[in-house]
Amino acid sequence: MTILRHRLFWPIAVLVVLLLSNLIFSNNFFKVTLLDGHLYGSLIDILRRSAPLVLVALGMTLVIATGGIDLSVGSVMAISGALACLLIGDLSNPDAVGPVLLVVVAAIALCVVAGLWNGFLVAVLGIQPIIATLILMVAGRGVAQLITDGQILNVHSSPYRVIGAGYFLAVPVSFLIAAVAVALTVALTRRTALGLLLESVGGSPTASRLAGIRSRRITVMVYVCAAAFAGVAGLIYSSDISSADSNAAGNLIELNAILAVVLGGTALTGGRFSIAGSVLGAVIITTLDITAVSVGVPVETTLLFKAIVVIILCLAQSATFRAKVFGRFGTRRAEVPA
Amino acid sequence: MAEQAVLRMTGIKKIFPGVVALDGVDFRLLPGEIHALMGENGAGKSTLIKVLTGVYGIDGGEIHLGDAPVLFTGPLQAQQAGISTVYQEVNLCPNLSVAENIFIGREPRRFGRIQWSEMRRRAHGLLARLDLDIDVSAQLDSFSLAIQQMVAIARAIDIQARVLILDEPTSSLDASEVDQLFAVMRRLRDDGVAILFVSHFLDQVYEIADRMTVLRNGGLIGEFRTAELPQMQLVAKMIGKELEALEKIEEQTKDVTVAERRTPILEARELGRTGAIAPFNLTIHQGEVVGLAGLLGSGRTELARLLFGADRPDHGELLVDGKAAAIKAPRDAMANGIAFSSENRRTEGIIGELTVRENIILALQAARGWTRPIPRRRQDELVDKYIKALQIRPADPERQVRDLSGGNQQKVLLARWLIVEPRLLIIDEPTRGIDVGAKAEIQRLVAQLADGGMAVLFVSAELEEVLRLSHKIEVLRDRRLVEELENGDDVDADRIMQTIASGATS
Repeated sequence: MTILRHRLFWPIAVLVVLLLSNLIFSNNFFKVTLLDGHLYGSLIDILRRSAPLVLVALGMTLVIATGGIDLSVGSVMAISGALACLLIGDLSNPDAVGPVLLVVVAAIALCVVAGLWNGFLVAVLGIQPIIATLILMVAGRGVAQLITDGQILNVHSSPYRVIGAGYFLAVPVSFLIAAVAVALTVALTRRTALGLLLESVGGSPTASRLAGIRSRRITVMVYVCAAAFAGVAGLIYSSDISSADSNAAGNLIELNAILAVVLGGTALTGGRFSIAGSVLGAVIITTLDITAVSVGVPVETTLLFKAIVVIILCLAQSATFRAKVFGRFGTRRAEVPA
Repeated sequence: MAEQAVLRMTGIKKIFPGVVALDGVDFRLLPGEIHALMGENGAGKSTLIKVLTGVYGIDGGEIHLGDAPVLFTGPLQAQQAGISTVYQEVNLCPNLSVAENIFIGREPRRFGRIQWSEMRRRAHGLLARLDLDIDVSAQLDSFSLAIQQMVAIARAIDIQARVLILDEPTSSLDASEVDQLFAVMRRLRDDGVAILFVSHFLDQVYEIADRMTVLRNGGLIGEFRTAELPQMQLVAKMIGKELEALEKIEEQTKDVTVAERRTPILEARELGRTGAIAPFNLTIHQGEVVGLAGLLGSGRTELARLLFGADRPDHGELLVDGKAAAIKAPRDAMANGIAFSSENRRTEGIIGELTVRENIILALQAARGWTRPIPRRRQDELVDKYIKALQIRPADPERQVRDLSGGNQQKVLLARWLIVEPRLLIIDEPTRGIDVGAKAEIQRLVAQLADGGMAVLFVSAELEEVLRLSHKIEVLRDRRLVEELENGDDVDADRIMQTIASGATS
């Protein structure tokens, strides 16, 4: 029974069930083919389309671990795509690799500034995270629209297109970017002491301060990470469609990212976090979207379908619920007087 | 005794993991009396109340209400049986009216509609019983805390209370408000209600209580008539004689003469913070144990927090090694070799969901910064060493620290600070609420550390403990440091209690 207790058991179980149920509706769901040096197939599709959400969920995990939340990630995605497309449009040769790289760096740098702003509001001014990041969530889309002048900016740049739609060694580049980001985050939090200090700040801010932890600095850092990851996600999104759409980019992704973190077993109250869990959560959400299409759930009921699966997963993860349903004598025996 | 007790508890036993909170406690309450429940922090007062009102189950013993044996499984049940409790913090809704607060959840109704005028009329009648004539439709928070407390009492007695429990009702009231509350209590007593009263203020207990029951370390010391027990004897009973386990700490700590403790580490000059503690002077030397004695709320913790930079002083200066030190935050104090273990173990000390290992290395890791993680092997060495040295149980470094008993959590905290090797260790109430064995171990540890040259500022509400360990005792009263005593044969608990009681500085 110990496997049932593992933190990632339920998310993995749901993912497996989702994938298997796809098989019922399309026989070759698991089929992966190599075509023109590119891997194709539904599984590859899931990996490719998970990338932006995985990136955003990574940053969100760190923020939530400190007991905060970042609602502005979707708007930051829009800003990043908008700036990149604007700058590429001004390039004399949009097919040269060097200048495009510079553009990417500039876009991410702007996102870091956005993250610093969030961190400043939360850690220095002490504004509640949900309010502090709501500011940029609303204002950020305005900034993105200002950058693109309210238009959808189309770009034609083959190096830029690689980010979201390209392949490297037959593997989608966006997936590789997400994988590198995951590896980086794991290294950053578990190879250094950052993870411990994050969990400590999230677990008890007062106790952490008295233990000498610089919680302000750490808080700023996680918001910067969240914004930077969102920036990369925004680049992937805009590169994939070769344009900057300030309204659609990252629309509601903050909620999906929060959902991914929670599905992965990190509590919204802060403290212990699981990067692997959040990645799984993000993949589950993307799989759900794809499953809804392949199973043929009518478009108007897709959201409902998604909600039902999420509720089931959340209930399955709740020990109280499991005890009530599967074992009536599970948890409530301790305090019965003799 | 001819009178028939309205409530009898016999042989009550309550065990929490690792701690026996109540061990064979008898308690009775007569109708028409005010009965004070006395004891130090951790003596078992609140546990007894929670057992009585059904918040906790019991592991042994019986409770009789009138003649019938009862066992409540929740506060609601206790309330329905006539036992009402008013807690220290007023548990009412400040944004509702007085009448609504009194009748919330049981409003007078007709055809499902609330009868507002009937409710107001009855609320007015109830408060009149307490000699209180206020506008019952006004919002609760427009009244003083004392009035709010009375409203809570009115709510409690309307549920036809035979027993009224008042848990520290006076702690946030000023003198005239206390008089008002006492008048109400006397009136209820004369109506035949049995009142159980808990307070930290001895004078108040002597003013109002007819009888008292004293607890110590979860055991019953006895039941006394207030008139027959002088205040000094009560304090002695609350604090108690030395326990056998504590005898092992020899007098050696006191042997260090003044001459040997010449090197001052920390010096506070007119250091103070408005509203927390009046400006004070204090010098702590190497290898010295300085005890802080005083009643609850006398400013002990506030003084300790200033030295560690947990709060910012607004007066005076702090010198470390004779040089002015800018200690604005705990980090600065740590950089100067000062460590501080808070009295609020759960909220300001341990981080419950982290493991024992993570909790122990936390301060050292914080001092090193996040980019320089302590290698895992070194962590394991350090943690193992301190789990052994302090006998932390269970000896499992990967166990969540919230699963440990209070005493073991305290040891984890001590370990956290010991591995940073401070020169001055400030420990606030390290022995509160933990069992006797762990208490003795912690005291022994303090003595050893001082022998090894560390300076220790030891804050405790237990005078015996302060006396046993300290070279020098600082006595606080009303947020002021009133006296410094060089610990010697002429200093005993009586001497300190006199200072606490009178504030005399000679």
